[in-house]
Amino acid sequence: MSVTLDSIEPNQFDAFLSTLSSEDVIAFDDLYVRYEAKTDTYEFETNEITASRLSESELHEQARQASDYLTNWWFWSEVVGDEVPHLFAFLRFLEDGDEHPVVDRYAALADGMTKAWGQLQITTTLAQDGARQYEIRHVDDHDSSASTLDAYSDPLSARDIGTFDGKGRYRPLRTAPSLPTGWVFTELSARDAYETVDTFYPATIANWYREHQGTLDIDHWRDTAERQTGIYGIIDELAYDAVEHVAATCCTDSQCLKRREWQYDEETPLHAEGGDGIFPCREPCSLVVAAARKWTTLEREETETYTFELTPSEKEQIEDIIHAVADDETDDIREADVYEGANRYRARFLREKRMDEHGHLIEADAGHGHSDHSGHSDHEQDTHEE
Amino acid sequence: MQSLVIVAHGSHLNPDSSAPTHDHADTIRSIGAFDEVRTGFWKEEPSLREVLRTVEGDEIYVVPLFISEGYFTEQVIPRELRLDGWDVSQWDSDGLSADHTVITAEDIDRTVHYCGPVGTHEAMTDVLVRRAESVTGDSDVGDGFGFAVVGHGTERNENSAKAIEYHADRIRQMDRFEEVQALYMDEEPEVDDVTDFFETEDIVVVPLFIADGFHTQEDIPEDMGLTDDYTKGYDIPAHVDGHRIWYAGAVGTEGLMADVILERAADAGASIGDALEIVREQTRSAEPAMGD
Repeated sequence: MSVTLDSIEPNQFDAFLSTLSSEDVIAFDDLYVRYEAKTDTYEFETNEITASRLSESELHEQARQASDYLTNWWFWSEVVGDEVPHLFAFLRFLEDGDEHPVVDRYAALADGMTKAWGQLQITTTLAQDGARQYEIRHVDDHDSSASTLDAYSDPLSARDIGTFDGKGRYRPLRTAPSLPTGWVFTELSARDAYETVDTFYPATIANWYREHQGTLDIDHWRDTAERQTGIYGIIDELAYDAVEHVAATCCTDSQCLKRREWQYDEETPLHAEGGDGIFPCREPCSLVVAAARKWTTLEREETETYTFELTPSEKEQIEDIIHAVADDETDDIREADVYEGANRYRARFLREKRMDEHGHLIEADAGHGHSDHSGHSDHEQDTHEE
Repeated sequence: MQSLVIVAHGSHLNPDSSAPTHDHADTIRSIGAFDEVRTGFWKEEPSLREVLRTVEGDEIYVVPLFISEGYFTEQVIPRELRLDGWDVSQWDSDGLSADHTVITAEDIDRTVHYCGPVGTHEAMTDVLVRRAESVTGDSDVGDGFGFAVVGHGTERNENSAKAIEYHADRIRQMDRFEEVQALYMDEEPEVDDVTDFFETEDIVVVPLFIADGFHTQEDIPEDMGLTDDYTKGYDIPAHVDGHRIWYAGAVGTEGLMADVILERAADAGASIGDALEIVREQTRSAEPAMGD
């Protein structure tokens, strides 16, 4: 496919001239143009062409022949602009703008350049005038024909799409890897592409940009815990090991697509996996803080020794049930698949056999030990979110 | 460039919690009163910690979508937004009169106009009345009707009751409804006994809450006897002890709330043109609200 757009729009050339008259020089990507007032001529240089002492009409012809360079300048300077640095940097990233020469990039854009951002697949293509157009869909829909997906154009639609997962469950964490499939945003402008991504994954672009600039502000666990007040004021009690468990529980790629950059404190790293995501996590989020509050109260309890009798298979079954819940696999276990420990019938059988009428495990030697045979704590239920 | 940032509580459990915030943000976006409208949440994303770094304007108005002055507006929001040197005395408020202050947000090193909560603005009274109009489907509702404003009570925040009393007084002064009463969930006079406080057969009950949730959808309907089991829903109006109760649900879901957000920003100096008139007209609906 031909990569050269063989024309430039009058407004593009007007903007070009206007910039040259106010700034004398345009130097952008592989294009260098200079206006010399003394001779009223232009110098024009690209990777392929070097020309000087051009009149305005010669400049126009030169620009037309090198239209890729000119429309590239026009798009980045006039359409995108650099007023919002993270927006500019993100759109550049989408087409590897800082890595490939204009001509190669235009060749790639003709076919579409694709990047992943969390579970989003973002494809950049060229419109006739050299402006970019963007398509955003779920990465799992990469093979689907766009016509089979629900089409959207308003960036704010991303808010509703991202509110529930594919099973209709509320997603309290926008960066959880549970974005539903089946939708596509087409022919987005640069601004709308940015807004769509920022709506699916709020503030991830701004944080990614800060990280690239070396200015990402990281609040480690201790910073965050000590900042809390009200019902969350207790979470600074959590010991280092428990914070490791919190990070391993909540912050791996299977739970959240941000890459955890916060540690226990500035000097004390956490060893739990932080994930490989493209955008960073700069502090424990509100979900982690709220869960940590529960764990703080639970961690206050002392261990006790219980004696339960289980067959080896029953012990294994309890382990299976914990794994199935922890890995969100309960819905995948078929109703009649009694070979799975976390199968509903298997769990019901175990409950019939090993639990009393109050739903508590029956201890082997009920005569000894605990006055509270439930083994349950008497902590008040926490249902409020403050 | 002028930006509006609406900050709200949000929820990890209930998607309805942030719905009014988004709805009102959309209303304000649609009329173009601000170059940019962003939302930030305590429990959702973008978080209060990170919302400002997504904001592009140089005139930034932060409006808390909260009912009263207190823990969130005085401690949580200023801390999480990193408002440098914040002190509640900057609002010089008696618990109802916080309007706005100008303060630097460290995160972006730009000043922001930090406004008082929507719930204590006088325009909120009009939203309560509009809610009564919506739930009855009658834009002239008043004659023969009692009006109950329902709040949490003072258990957790004394300013919460102040806001309830304030609006109840203002509705009373309108001389539009036969009787007006402030009622509470956890103190006297209690919403459980709503029918004891009114002579009128018809009573509109409007909770001064930002979003529908546990309290407005489960507790209050059951406490008032509208239903034995909230999951089964309730009638509007519902018949209780010889009265007809028109239960409106959280006032914060009323479209006119967008007006109060705009009023807060305008009071802080935002230039919003004729946005208030447009919102008041646009959010007027003859359709009665649905109860379940």
